[in-house]
Order: sequence, then structure tokens, then C-alpha cells
Amino acid sequence: MTDNSLLKTIFGRLTWESFPIHEPILFTTFLVVSLLGLGIVGAITRFRLWGYLWKEWFTSVDHKKVGVMYIILAIIMLLRGFSDALMMRAQQAVAFGSNPGYLPPHHYDQIFTAHGTIMIFFVAIPLVVGIINFVMPLQIGARDVAFPFLNNLSFWLTAAGAILTMVSLFVGEFARTGWLSYAPLAGLAYSPDTGVDYYLWSLQIAGVGTTLSAINMVATIIKMRAPGMTMMKMPVFCWTALCSNVLAIAIFPALTAAFFLLMLDRYVGTNFFTNELGGAPMMYWNMVWIWGHPEVYVLVLPAFGIYSEITATFSGKPLFGYSSMVYATVVITILSYLVWLHHFFTMGAGPSVNSFFGIATMVIAIPTGAKIFNWLFTMYKGDIRFDLPMMWVVAFMLTFTVGGMTGVLLAIPPADFVLHNSLFLVAHFHNTIIGGVVFGLFAGMVYWFPKAFGFKLDEFWGKVAFWGWVAGYWIAWTPIYIVGLMGTTRRVNHFDDPTLQPYFIVAAIGAVIILIGILGFVMSIIMGFVKRHELADTTGDPWGGRTLEWSTTSPPPAYNFAFTPVVHDMDAWYDMKNRGYEHPASGFRPIHMPRNTGAGVILSGLALALGFSMVWYIWWLAALCFAGLVVVAVGHTFNMKRDYFIPADEVARTEARRLPLAEGI
Amino acid sequence: MPDHALQPAHGAVPTWHLAEEEDHDHGGNGATLLGFWIYLMSDALIFASLFAMYGVVSTGYAGGPVPREIFDLKLVALNTAFLLASSITFGQAMPHMEAGRVGPTRFWLAVTGLLGAAFVGIELYEFSQLIAEGAGPQRSAFLSAFFTLVGTHGAHVTVGLIWIVTMLIQIGQHGLSLPMKRRLMCLSMFWHFLDIIWIGVFTFVYLYGVLR
Repeated sequence: MTDNSLLKTIFGRLTWESFPIHEPILFTTFLVVSLLGLGIVGAITRFRLWGYLWKEWFTSVDHKKVGVMYIILAIIMLLRGFSDALMMRAQQAVAFGSNPGYLPPHHYDQIFTAHGTIMIFFVAIPLVVGIINFVMPLQIGARDVAFPFLNNLSFWLTAAGAILTMVSLFVGEFARTGWLSYAPLAGLAYSPDTGVDYYLWSLQIAGVGTTLSAINMVATIIKMRAPGMTMMKMPVFCWTALCSNVLAIAIFPALTAAFFLLMLDRYVGTNFFTNELGGAPMMYWNMVWIWGHPEVYVLVLPAFGIYSEITATFSGKPLFGYSSMVYATVVITILSYLVWLHHFFTMGAGPSVNSFFGIATMVIAIPTGAKIFNWLFTMYKGDIRFDLPMMWVVAFMLTFTVGGMTGVLLAIPPADFVLHNSLFLVAHFHNTIIGGVVFGLFAGMVYWFPKAFGFKLDEFWGKVAFWGWVAGYWIAWTPIYIVGLMGTTRRVNHFDDPTLQPYFIVAAIGAVIILIGILGFVMSIIMGFVKRHELADTTGDPWGGRTLEWSTTSPPPAYNFAFTPVVHDMDAWYDMKNRGYEHPASGFRPIHMPRNTGAGVILSGLALALGFSMVWYIWWLAALCFAGLVVVAVGHTFNMKRDYFIPADEVARTEARRLPLAEGI
Repeated sequence: MPDHALQPAHGAVPTWHLAEEEDHDHGGNGATLLGFWIYLMSDALIFASLFAMYGVVSTGYAGGPVPREIFDLKLVALNTAFLLASSITFGQAMPHMEAGRVGPTRFWLAVTGLLGAAFVGIELYEFSQLIAEGAGPQRSAFLSAFFTLVGTHGAHVTVGLIWIVTMLIQIGQHGLSLPMKRRLMCLSMFWHFLDIIWIGVFTFVYLYGVLR
């Protein structure tokens, strides 16, 4: 007994049973992942890359590198999240009648929870934040973001959250409560195991990162625009980034508070969201959706910005209705905060409340529709080039419009009472998130890839990715719309009605086609790298761009611009090209830059260990990690050597390399 | 055209560059103060969520103690006085900081810290009394929300105390350099912000609670 309690003190509730060696699916995954991981670690060690990675990437405060790290994290997590999707599709395609399928409910519930959580928090958010991080400072003519260290810290906190979620795959269990872990199901009474704790700690740690990043981006856009770039001369992508981040700052506190209160319920025994002793579970729903609905606009607004940039560039025209685009973005930002209750019309708030939220929801379609028309009018009589980024834009307009319309349908409270919790709803939000956010992020990655790495992605595999995603999306989700409209509910791992099976088989085939799209994208990067000399961008402006990021080299030097650009007109780079701009060849000066630091990695590592020890009730380790966090955070403020100067002759050397390239302009 | 602008080779072409950096100063006060202000607004929304939670369950007594029975207004008044006074003393420190007088700045900062510590101490005493009476955070949703709202504020004040101690040391090391002044400005905003939150807590939780 004493042995036992000693073990409990040391390891909390972590025991040998916590490791799922008896579950073949998990064990095989574990083996594959660990072999892959060992392979990568081995390769890095073999080629002596640790020092390089640590100095040039992990500790980097360069917004471009932080952005790229965000995107790499997101692509890795996309593979995980999509494996979950394939498993669900396979299960639902076979689990009919007497066939229980291969996933028991206990496991299936973890998979749909992990899928939603990962796709939103660790794929969509890092992709959006990563692209904003990379592009926005270049577009506003800045050398970095307002708080470079904070940027690095934000990334590592997000990564720590992602790692903690991944750990739950192999140590203990993940939540079985759906991607927002509704109370009271997520309370200790109904979910006593580690699942919800993993969920809460992962998202809380990552959420701190996202909030800090949003503050950073807003401060950057407001304070660090190049001289002459007034707000209404800012590229639309920056406007959408601004609105998206303002929105993120306004909503993440609500999520943080909701998770914090649920944590207290689970750890301290408070009664916020319990059924007993005066608790109010619906308050949790309200708070998470005050975050949750605006969150989709946090994701989709930057995607709208990407579409705007690409449409203008590939139509060879300035964006149609720039100011209406800006106002539409701002209006969406405000309205999105006023619609959260449409996620639970069935709560019973009464007709007047439901009417308000239903109408507010429908009104959002107006500015969004205005945007679609703006893009169409930009294309109208334009000199359209259907390169890959533009193909994504067209696919978006066709796909997203349908998602928007089913959204307006769901906004009608009586219809929602029928469709609430159905697969129709699931099809709707996948329609908007895939058709709106994912297509936009792919468009953005294809568009800015040459800027980041100096070569374009491989065109053939890029088209495989495009057609895989677009065709796969429609084949996977059209049948789900249909069965949803017929009343099939979500989060079910077995069906009795055999007439539904063909729909789910088609949906599974669609998912496999999307897999081809994902692999095609990975291949387009690999083949692009193989053919990098052929696909090289020597001009810095491969697409005939209009905004400032195309005025510097690809990839841009660490300092972005040798001299701070002065902006005279909208589409600043187009204006510069038009009026005979020449790159300066002399007169360079030392450039003031922020210095790299390892504090972000250390703080996030401690946060990860804190999360893990709290999940497993290892109190001594949690206390140690918390103390460590405070000490390192305070200690970092004593480090006053935070900047350095790139000497003028080094700037001159870097710039001299571009001169032969610049001749072509 | 600013005189430090890089002149182009032929005069007709507009200025495309600034040779000097203007807005891109990484140590600049502007971005930090703005960023910190935005952080405070997001923190205000965390408190708003906690206030909303309190509002929803403020009568969820579950047969347990009600505000009138457990709130000791005299103690809270004393506590409030400490915290409000600490804002005044912080206000005393700032003109000295502007004038670059290290000694008085540190003195008033230390006084602020002591008042803040007294506030946290009294709050902890109040909490321990309540828990001893059986009115702990597990008793009812009302008490859960009360402890969380007041405790979160207290945790913020504690962070402020750690920050004050850090600043006392750093001002000793570096004097009132630009970064130190910037940090003190942020700390000052943080401290006054907590005062404003406390006025909300005092009114909404304690006074209103005793009234009903």
C-alpha cells in the first residue's frame, strides 16, 4: 500500500494501463509515428542539423521564419486530422445493420473530437496565423512585427498545445465530448478520465499563443506601416488580417474563461457547469460559442483577403470596389460577434431571442455577397490568367456560395429545430470551412510559396492537389448534405437503416479523393524542390504582383527591405513599377534588427510539461513547472541584449546579389 | 519632402525610400504601449466573462449561504481603501519617473507594493474565513463564481506585485532608462486597470450582493 501511494505521488494517475499497448490500431500508429520520428531525429543528427535548426529556426524571431514554422506545424497536423477523417468515413461506410464496424464508440468518439479540435485549432489557425505572419509585414513595408520575441513565443505555445494533443494519442485518452466539449458532459461526473483534461490544457496553452499573436499583429498593422500607407491604401489582405486579429482578441478571452471555469469544475470541484448546486451548463455553451462563431470569421476573413489579392493580380486589374471590400470586412467583423446563439436555437431562449440571432445571421450574407460580386467584377473584362492560385479562387467562389446558402437556410430558427445536430449542419460547415478557408489557404500557399522559398510549386502536382480537393470535397459532402436533410444525426458510429449506406460509401470515396489532393500538395512541394532551378523566381515578382511583398527578392533578406519604402498609391508595387522605379544600388546603412532568443522554446516546453503533469495529477511536477515558468518569464525581462545591427557592408553585399536579377524589371 | 529622404538619380521620379528608419523602431514606445493596452482590453473581456458567469449564477445558492450572511463589508471597505490608495501612490511615482528621479520613484513603487500586498493578504484572510465557515467554492455555484471572480482579480494583483519587485530591482540596475520607463508605463496601466476591475467587483459583487 505504501508503495502504491508513493507511486501515486510520483506519477499521479499515470500507470502502465495508460499506454494503449492492447489496442492494435493505436499501437500500430504509435509504432509508425515513433519510427518516423526516430528516422527524422536520426537524419537531423546524422547531418548535424540541430545547431542550424536551433539557431536559424527554433529561436528565430524573424516573422518570415515564424510564419513558415506555423505552416509546417499546420501541415503536419493536417495529416493527423485527416487520418481521423478517413477513419470516420471508413467506419460510417461499413457500420450498418449487424456490422458494428471496426471502431467501438469509445474510440470513435475520441476520433471525431480529435478531428474537429485538431482541424480548427492546430490546422486552420496555424495556417492563417502563419500566412499573416509571413505576408503582412512584407505588405506593409515593415522589417518585422511589433513584438518579435512574442511572435516566437506564440508559435511555440501553439506547438506545445499541438504536441500535448498528440501525446494523448499514446498516453491515456483524448476527450470523447465533441470538439467544443460541451458541459455537463465534459464535467468530471460524466468524463472522469484524462480526455477532457488533455483537451483543456492543449487548447488553453495554444489559446494563449493565439491571443498574444493577435495582439502582436494588430499592433504591427497599426504602428508599423510604411510611410504614406494610410489605412485606406493598405492591401486588402492586411485589412482582413487586421479585422481577423481584432476579432480574435475580442473572442479568445471568452474561450479562455470558459475553459478556465470548466477546469475549476474538474480540478477544484466548483459548480459552474454542473447539474447540481446551482450550476448553469448552458452558460458554457454561450461562452464557447461567443468564441466559436466569430472564430470561423477569424479564419475566413484572411482567406477573403487572399482571394482579393489573387483576383486582382491574376485579372491584371486593381480590385473592384476596394472601399466596399474594406467596409464589408469591418461589417462582418462586427456582425459575427452578434450571432453566436444560432448554434443552439434549441436551447429554448424564446422566439424574440431566436429571431434576433436568426436575422443577424442572415444579414452577414449581405456583406459576404458584396465581396463575391467585387471579385466577379474584378475579373470582369480583366486579363485573367488561370494559374493555380486563380483556379483555387474560382473553385472557392463556386463552392463557398453553396455553403453560404445552406448557412442562410440554417439561420431560420424553425428550420434549425429540424436540422440541429444533423449531418446537414456538418456538411454546411465543412462546405464553408473547406470551400472558404482551406481553398483560400491553399491559394495563399501556392501564391506566396515562391516569395518564401524562391521557387514555384510544381504545376502538375499542384493541379492534382486542386482537383483532388475540389472534386473530393463535392463527392464527399454532397451525400452527407442529403442524408442530413433526411434527418441523420451527427457523431454516430453505427446506423440501422441500410438504405443510407450507399451515401456513406460515396462519401468515403470522396474522402479518398481528398487524400489524393493532400498527397498531391505534398508532392507539389517535393517536386517543386526537385525542379527548383527550373521553377526559380529570379525577379522577386513571379506573378506580376501589385503589393509591396513583390518588390523585394524571393526569398526576402532577413531585413525585408534595404530601405523603408514610401507608399504613394494603393497597390504600391504596381505604382512603383509603372513609374519607373529602380532598386537603390548604394547608400546602404546599418539595419537595426531584433536578436534571436531561446526563451520562447523554454517557456513553451515548461507549459507543455505543466499541461501534461496537470492532466495526470502529478502535482509536484506541475508546481515545479509553474515555478519554472514564472522564473524564466521574469528572468527573460532581465535580458537587455535584444537587438543588433546588420552592418551596412553586409546589407550592400546582400543587395548586390539581387542587382543582376533586378535588371529584368 | 523630408530632407533625409534618399534622392533618386533623376529628379522627376517620386521618393520611393526613406534612408532613416522612422516608424520602424523596434524599441519604440508606441507599439508597446498600444500592444499592452490591447492586452488589457482582452484581459477586461476575461473579467467580463467572469462577471457574466457570476451574474448568471449569483442567486444559485443551492440552499447554502447567501451574500448577506457571509460578506463582511467593513473588511472589504478596508481592503478597497488599500487598493485605491495604492493607485494614488503609483500616481505619485510617475511624475518622479518622468523627471528621472530614481529614489522617489522606487520609494513610491515600494509603497504601492506594500499596499497591494496588504490587499492580497486581507483577501486571503477573507477566503480562509469563508472556507472555515463551510462557504467554500464547492458549496454552490454562487460561491464558485464569487471565489473565481475575486480570486482571479487577486491573482492579477499578485502578478502586479511580482512585477513591482522586478521593476524595483531593474530600476536599481539600469536607472530610469527608456525601456524602464516604458515598462513602468505598462505596469502603471496594469495597476490602474486592476483598480477599475475592483470597483466593479466591489459594487457588483459585494454591495449589490448585500442589498438583495
